[in-house]
Order: sequence, then C-alpha cells, then structure tokens
Amino acid sequence: MTTTSPAAPSAAPIAAPPATHHVGFGHLMLAEWTKIRSVRSTVWTLLLFVVITIGFTGLFTWLTESNWTGPHAADRDATIVANPVGFILGAGIGLGQLTICVLGVLVITSEYSTGVIRSSLLAVPRRLPMLAAKAAVFALLIAVLAEIVSFACFFLGSSILHSKVPVTISDQNVLRAVLGAGLYLAVLGLFALAVGLLLRHTAAGITTVIGIVLVLPILSGLLPGSWGAHINAYLPEQAGSLIYSAHQTSDQLLSAWQGFGVFCLWTAVLLAAGAYLLQRRDA
Amino acid sequence: MIEARDLTKRYGDKTAVDHLSFNVEAGRVTGFLGPNGAGKSTTMRLILGLDRPHAGTATIDGRKYADLDQPLRTVGALLEAKAMHPGRSAYNHLLFLAQTQGLPRSRVDHVLDLVGLGEVARKRTGGYSLGMGQRVGIAVAMLGDPQVLLLDEPVNGLDPEGILWIRNLMKQLAAEGRTIFVSSHLMNEMAVTADHLIVIGRGKLIAESSTQEFIERSSDKYVLVRSPDAARLADVIAAEGGKAEPQGEGNSHSGLLRVTGLDAARIGELAAADRVVLHELTPRLASLEEAYMELTADSSEFGAGATPAALQTTASTTATSSTTASSTTGSSTTGQDSQ
Repeated sequence: MTTTSPAAPSAAPIAAPPATHHVGFGHLMLAEWTKIRSVRSTVWTLLLFVVITIGFTGLFTWLTESNWTGPHAADRDATIVANPVGFILGAGIGLGQLTICVLGVLVITSEYSTGVIRSSLLAVPRRLPMLAAKAAVFALLIAVLAEIVSFACFFLGSSILHSKVPVTISDQNVLRAVLGAGLYLAVLGLFALAVGLLLRHTAAGITTVIGIVLVLPILSGLLPGSWGAHINAYLPEQAGSLIYSAHQTSDQLLSAWQGFGVFCLWTAVLLAAGAYLLQRRDA
Repeated sequence: MIEARDLTKRYGDKTAVDHLSFNVEAGRVTGFLGPNGAGKSTTMRLILGLDRPHAGTATIDGRKYADLDQPLRTVGALLEAKAMHPGRSAYNHLLFLAQTQGLPRSRVDHVLDLVGLGEVARKRTGGYSLGMGQRVGIAVAMLGDPQVLLLDEPVNGLDPEGILWIRNLMKQLAAEGRTIFVSSHLMNEMAVTADHLIVIGRGKLIAESSTQEFIERSSDKYVLVRSPDAARLADVIAAEGGKAEPQGEGNSHSGLLRVTGLDAARIGELAAADRVVLHELTPRLASLEEAYMELTADSSEFGAGATPAALQTTASTTATSSTTASSTTGSSTTGQDSQ
C-alpha cells in the first residue's frame, strides 16, 4: 500500500459535478457494453464459440465428404442430400451453442456471485432498464457475431461438400436458414440469460440451460404417441432449431418460423418471470 | 438529509430491523453504531432500496432512493468491500458506473486519483488487497460527487494511514455541507470521527445524541485512592459529601477506594489535613468502549451464551482496577480528540 498512498484529501479538492444532462437508454447500453467487454471470460467464451462452431463445421463436412457412400447406400447421406444447409449449420452449432448458453448465464450470474449487481442496481434503482439494456447489448453482440460465424460455416461447409452435394446461398430457403442460425443463437443467449436471472447462480444456471437444450430433447424423443411428438416439437431447442434447416419434413408439426416463434415465446416468458423477480427480490 | 421512519425488515421469523426511526442531518458525520448483527448493513440496504422493507419508509432529501434520477449524483454508497468482478479493472468498474449516470471519463480518473489508485486502476481487481478494494469502493461512492454518503464500515482492511485518510475525508466532506452516514462496530473509531451518534442493537434504536453528549453521559468520572488507613479515609470522604467504595482485589483489604463526588485535589487535601497516608491518588474516566458495551450488551446478536466473547465482555464491564486502568487511558485520550 505504500506505493499507492493517497494524497491528503485537502490536496485533492473534490471537483464540482459536471453539467447535468438527461441520461437515456443509450447510456445504459454503453455501460452494459463496458461491463461485457471488460471481463476476459466474455472474450474467451466468444473465441471458443467461433473456433468450435467453424471448426466442427469443417470437421464434420470433411469427414462426410471423405466417407461419402452416396444417398442410395446410406441413410445419413440421404438426409444430407435432402437438407444440406441444415446439416452444415447443425454440425457446428450443435456444440458451439453450448458456449452461448454458458455466456448467457454468466452475463447475469457473475454479477450476483461478485456482488457487482448491487453497484448496478444502485446506479439504476428502477432495475428494469438495467436488465433491458443488458439483454439488448448481449443479444446484439451475439446476433452480429453469430451471423458472421453462420455465413462462414455455410461457405466453408458448402465448399467442402460441393463435389457431393452442391448447395448455394440462392437455393430455396438457404439464405433464411443461414440468417436464422444467427437469430437462433441470439435468442438462445437471451434464453440462457433469463434462466441465469431466475436462478442467480452460475453452476445451477448453466446446468439447467444445458439440460433444457441437450438433455430434454433426447428424453422427450422417447415419449410415445402423438402427444409425445407434440411435447418434443414445442421444446425450446427443438422448435428454435427449425429456423436453420431449409428442409421441411412431412412429419414436422411446426414450420421454421412457427418454431422460431415458439422459441421466442419461451424466452419472452422466462425473461418476464426473471424481470418480475428482479423487481421483487432483495438484491 | 436521510430520514428513516418505522423501518422494519424481517428475514424469516428473525427481525433484522425493528421499527427503526432516525434522521441523518447534513453538514456533519453521523456515526451508526451497533454490535455485529445489530442491523446496520440491513438498514443501509433499506435506505438504498436494495432490500424492500416490510414496513416503514426511508427517504433521502424527501425522496425514495428508487425515485432518484442519476442516483449516484445524489447518493454515494460503500457497502461491502470488494464487490467487484475480480477479472475487471477498477477503471472499468468505475467507467461503467459513470456511463450509467452520463458522467465523463475524466470523472473516473479524478476519483481514482482522489483515492490514490491512479497507477493500479488498469489492473484487474482480483489482485487487489482488501485495503485497495476499500479505496475503490470509496472512489465509487465519490464518483457522482454526491451530497449524501453512506459508508458501511469504511475503515475495514485499511492500514493506519488509510484510516486517518478516510477520517479526514469524511470530516472534510461534512464540512462542505454533505450528509455523511457511517457505520461501525467500534466505539472508539466513532468517537474520533462522528459528530452525532445513532446506536442500535437487535435492529432497535438504543441511543441517538451528539457524540459529545454521549461521551459525557457515558463517562463515569471517579478517583482511585489507595491508603493503608482506608477505613478512616472513607469516613473523612463521606463527611465531605463524597462517596467511597472499597475496591476489593479478591477479598483482601488492599486499601483501595473508588471515590466519586470529590476530585483528586480535594481528596489529597482532606488526607493531608487528617494525616492519612496515601499510596495512590488517580483520577479516572471510565472507558467509552465499556459504556458502549454495557449499553449494547443485552442486544448483542451473537453475545449470548458462554462464548469466549461473552465472557470477555462480562469481564471488562465489571473490570478490576488493573484492567480499567489500561483501557481508561486510551479512551480518555480519544474522548478529548473528538472535542
């Protein structure tokens, strides 16, 4: 502490406050941006997202291309021929989306675990504008990055698969699927943020979100009959992921946009519940 | 000015703050005293709108905290130490807070210089000591140049130089007309810092007065007299209107008297006139810390039972002359400092 001895208070007079002007939502978004960019975990998680998503897209399409047996020989190859863009995007997003789940939870639970939430709420005591700014900044950040990654994945995957399954961005529904992948990931980030806001605990939040995204679809897939199929179709990840698949199968209960709408509804309900509790609970 | 009216907060069936009402006036340092668990931090959180009271209101200059525009420009608060993301630098912590209030970056640099952290501010706070974390907390509180400051145990983790610094800072800020509300569980620290005291225990108001008044009321002046002829001396003192109680060190007749109602000079004169030999003649001032402990002994949240702490408290409040002597010197000095 000797190197950081403060000057005597009298030697450092307190300046008069700067001229007051209206503080708008833009200021709160700027503050949330400062928060999110100033911790290493954000940078590392997003870097991991880019590497995993693009890396696995390259790996899976390359493995498929080099082990191609033709649509008549293997079911797998037949589904790829029917829905090449869904395969390309799904290969990377399937794993890459987990990093978005983790980051979405961390963005809010790290404030609770470190006590920063109290500083945040003292600065914005009405609380909801803080949450809105955080959600907006985080969703925008993920949307921009995920769109770039999604296009990169598509062009990488389609160029690798080109000799076996030619697919271009101008094919039917392909542009929607590629754009949709970015949208799906941005909403997934908000979904994870909402779960983190409800649970206020990092480990519990991450476990819950990954359980919903990875484990629930597997379990519900085992449910028998048409009610089982309905439950499965309306699960957040199952419904949401339809948006990055160009192909509509005959047994599909929801269209791509309907599915995305269901996913958005899930997210909106959880965010609203989280916002309500943020207002009610002691910080 | 901070006004608390009938504030009540319960956690489960435990009442942390119990119908608490008080005013914190501008232009002076108001000490908020109470043993650990008395409800000081909870009260501050209620004032700041972080916790929701079950009953009652708290206002700052007539408005609830949640209704303030740009609240950090009105109220600065230091709650727990190091409530910061360990991976974020102090600079960025202050920067995001400044941005929420529309304050310029220059204000961040200014408060960092004020607390003497200019050089290390760009480093991640995870490596900071408790004292450095406390300085960041004070920088946060000062960020918006507020008229009202709430500081919860601000000297925690500070070295003596830092304690002196924050003491002077608080006095300077109060002299500028600001409202300073500072909590502590240390009576002696408050005696030298605060102009006014609010003492609570188990969430209830125990005392509210100026520090000087509190000290005068609590200070028990007496004179210790030791004489081989104590019994005769006691009679002489009683005849002059004084009160002399034998002070037993054990049950032995040590010849020690605790005299009230007469000052040391008068006792000396009486002894000389009656040719009583004196071995000791010492004016004493009861410890302020003792007075505070006695006041809050019944309301200490964690003092119950035969814990070592409870035993210690009992021992020092019914102190034998030797322990009183050592604590007396310290507190009478601090008492004078505050005046």
